[in-house]
Amino acid sequence: MKLLSRKATCNSHGQDSSYFLGWQEYEKNPYDEVRNPTGIIQMGLAESQLSFDLLESWLAENPDASGFTRNGESIFRELALFQDYHGLPAFKKALAEFMEEIRGNKVTFDPRNLVLTAGATSANETLAFCIAEPGEAFLLPTPYYPGFDRDLKWRTGVEIVPIQCTGSNGFRITESALEDAYQLARKQNLRVKGVLVTNPSNPLGTALSRQELNLLVSFISAKNIHLISDEIYSGTVFSSPSFVSVMEVLLERNLANTQVWNRVHLVYSLSKDLGLPGFRVGAIYSNDNTVVAAATKMSSFGLVSSQTQYLLSAMLADKKFTKHYIFENQVRLQKRHAMLVRGLKNAGISCLDSNAGLFCWVDMRHLLTSKSFDAEMELWKKIVYQVGLNISPGSSCHCAEPGWFRVCFANMLEETLDLAMQRIKDFVVSTATKSSNTGRSHHLSSKYSARKSLSKWVFRLSFHHDSENER
Amino acid sequence: MEMLSKKATCKSHGQDSSYFLGWQEYEKNPFNEDRNPLGIIQMGLAENQLSFDLLESWLARNPDATMFGSNGGSIFKELALFQDYHGLQTFKTELVEFMAEIRRNKVRFDPQKLVLTAGATSANETLMFCLAEPGEAFLIPTPYYPGFDRDLKWRTGVKIVPIHCSSLNGFRITKAALDEAYDEALKLNLRVKGVFITNPSNPLGTTMNQDEFNHVISFAVSKNIHIVSDEIYAGTVFDSSKFTSIIEAIMDRNLEKTDIWSRIHVVSSLSKDLGLPGFRIGMIYSNNETLIAAATKMSSFGLVSSQTQYLLSKLLGDKKFTRHYIQENQRRLKKRQQVLVSGLQSYGIPCLKSNAGLFCWVDMRNLLSSNAFEAEMELWKKILYEVGLNISPGSSCHCTEPGWFRVCFANMSQETLNLSIHRLQAFVTSNGDGNYQNQKLSTRISRRNSLVVS
Repeated sequence: MKLLSRKATCNSHGQDSSYFLGWQEYEKNPYDEVRNPTGIIQMGLAESQLSFDLLESWLAENPDASGFTRNGESIFRELALFQDYHGLPAFKKALAEFMEEIRGNKVTFDPRNLVLTAGATSANETLAFCIAEPGEAFLLPTPYYPGFDRDLKWRTGVEIVPIQCTGSNGFRITESALEDAYQLARKQNLRVKGVLVTNPSNPLGTALSRQELNLLVSFISAKNIHLISDEIYSGTVFSSPSFVSVMEVLLERNLANTQVWNRVHLVYSLSKDLGLPGFRVGAIYSNDNTVVAAATKMSSFGLVSSQTQYLLSAMLADKKFTKHYIFENQVRLQKRHAMLVRGLKNAGISCLDSNAGLFCWVDMRHLLTSKSFDAEMELWKKIVYQVGLNISPGSSCHCAEPGWFRVCFANMLEETLDLAMQRIKDFVVSTATKSSNTGRSHHLSSKYSARKSLSKWVFRLSFHHDSENER
Repeated sequence: MEMLSKKATCKSHGQDSSYFLGWQEYEKNPFNEDRNPLGIIQMGLAENQLSFDLLESWLARNPDATMFGSNGGSIFKELALFQDYHGLQTFKTELVEFMAEIRRNKVRFDPQKLVLTAGATSANETLMFCLAEPGEAFLIPTPYYPGFDRDLKWRTGVKIVPIHCSSLNGFRITKAALDEAYDEALKLNLRVKGVFITNPSNPLGTTMNQDEFNHVISFAVSKNIHIVSDEIYAGTVFDSSKFTSIIEAIMDRNLEKTDIWSRIHVVSSLSKDLGLPGFRIGMIYSNNETLIAAATKMSSFGLVSSQTQYLLSKLLGDKKFTRHYIQENQRRLKKRQQVLVSGLQSYGIPCLKSNAGLFCWVDMRNLLSSNAFEAEMELWKKILYEVGLNISPGSSCHCTEPGWFRVCFANMSQETLNLSIHRLQAFVTSNGDGNYQNQKLSTRISRRNSLVVS
């Protein structure tokens, strides 16, 4: 008899994908300005490290929030015992208002329809458990966050059928792509229960247009299915057009309190907007009372620490702070985004036009040796091992076309981003140079030896195609 | 087409059981010494509120633990970003030492074999996902914690087959009961993947003895199945020398180098020992590397907040404190248990002899109008609505004999416990009379209330 379950021994957790492998390589040889200047720079982690100073100064000014005290009185006991899966009311209220603020107060959220979960990871899995049976399917536009393969499918038994989006129209969702995906599911004998979109998109960094949102609402209406909108990046929209939530579109179309209203569910988290992935704060918002009731009970399997709920209830209730934070954070994101786009352009590399997220969707199709995913992998390995940048290949995001990469810009110092841009530039130049003239390797190495931090692997580039493993 | 899944619309979450209904009634009319002295006293919640003063004074002496370190800035950022499902190393190191301390250091734990989870609730469900396919079964001795029906079965599709234990031998697990349960599973066409024990037991409050270990271990060895030991109450044993962890039991029988070693899995939590259920700190411990690898990945769905991991790494790192805490906490629990036991005994209500836990397993069979679960429900409702005590009926714990109730003693003040004993006494006295009238009873209770309160 098999000792462990199939779930425990299979690979459905998806963690053998390159998304995670690149991470592992980084762990073995992580860049450090002082201790390991030739190490791999992590550009595969969608984290925001740009605004910690704002959080830290708020904490210094508000010691009550982390010290288990409220107006100087100890509330330790109360918090230590608080395990109600309905969540700390003050926190849910503050979170709902924070979510409204991010949406320009165009929509209102009732804290009673909010379910707290240990991160969006837990929220997404819980929604899948609530909406679909094992073997049923969700449609997801490609490219999508590699973690969904684990979060939506692994323990739930739910399937994902891709809605193929292509670079020819900026990876926008089209009516035909939706219909094709639906038919593909039917051909595979999969009953479709809903569509899941990430808005703003990971990995594209674009916010869904009103047109796409309307298309989605009409589609789920016609097919009588659900829509899950993972809006984890909603606070990272740094330039126009401003963020439009699917909830706003429903209101515009006078669909409040209709059947379709009950089939649209949001997922949120403070991991990206506030840069607090370690605190495990996620949420499901739904207008369907049965979903809220079931998801609330399921949240028992991943409640948010009351200590953390309390800290954040105080922080988010400080409206002056949140307003300033949201604004300032977006300014910094925009600056970084511009830096990355500029740096890549300088190397002859373009990005998908984007206005949100912690990354760019980078077009490296012209650097492929052939229009294939093998060539993409080959290029990716070069970039990881030789250029020393861990970026995410499009194939790990299920992109339909080879040559696209997700490159993060908010999880490092400005100097490090600069260095990454320089490395890319050198790589592109040397690749071009090499392909045009193979006999000038000596010249190349002397030209670059002055740049100590770059010489080792640029030299290698001149001679080797294979990935280097000794570092 | 069904709009939502069966999981979302069915009742498998088990929350329509009386265990939760009593809780709801309490919420509607909660006792408060000043504001609602006639309200329902919560005795259905297995929480430990006896030693918060010790924790509070530690916190007052160690503000850094909550202020993200003395160098406030750097620790905060590091923690805010820390979402590694391997957990904070310093926390895991201190945690395993704390677990060893509770087990009198007869067992040592390797932090690499520990998986952190958002509470034991998450740990138990995760283990089921890892050890069994939907439709396979675990055998569990009755009576058992009502939450298991949700935690082990709901989303996993795993089945529970009870190992019936009886009051005739103090609800101890027997070989016959194990075999019967196994046969029952076969009859139901269920493949048995393991035995799930809670040690110390909830709701019994007893620690497993050597005979029981012999039966369970031999059984698991011969059937080639797993043993999951939920040791969440390990720190509540009044006398540490009386508690044996499953790992110690296996080692005592020289079985570490055999197959069974990789089929032993321990679950624990800081919710009962330290009284911190709100912080969601649970764990799985196992020598099975494949299991640990899978459970670690699954813990993504319920990680422990890094802010909380940091606080606890500091608290548990203070060995002088933990040693004192463990001892003092156990002393207070023992004292409270004795108050309840002697109080109930004084008017003829016996409790199962227990040496652990935050509750007593109380024998109210004499108060039943008949030897039936309907009578148990009738009694439970009287106690809830008329006496004003929310206690847990044995049927909600899947007990096979009517008349037993779980009564908690550590989640209230001493005065409140005394009051609840008085209320019960009044009820028992009047019940014995046979001239039982609601009006008279409530007058008696309110008079007694004013006696006690003043």
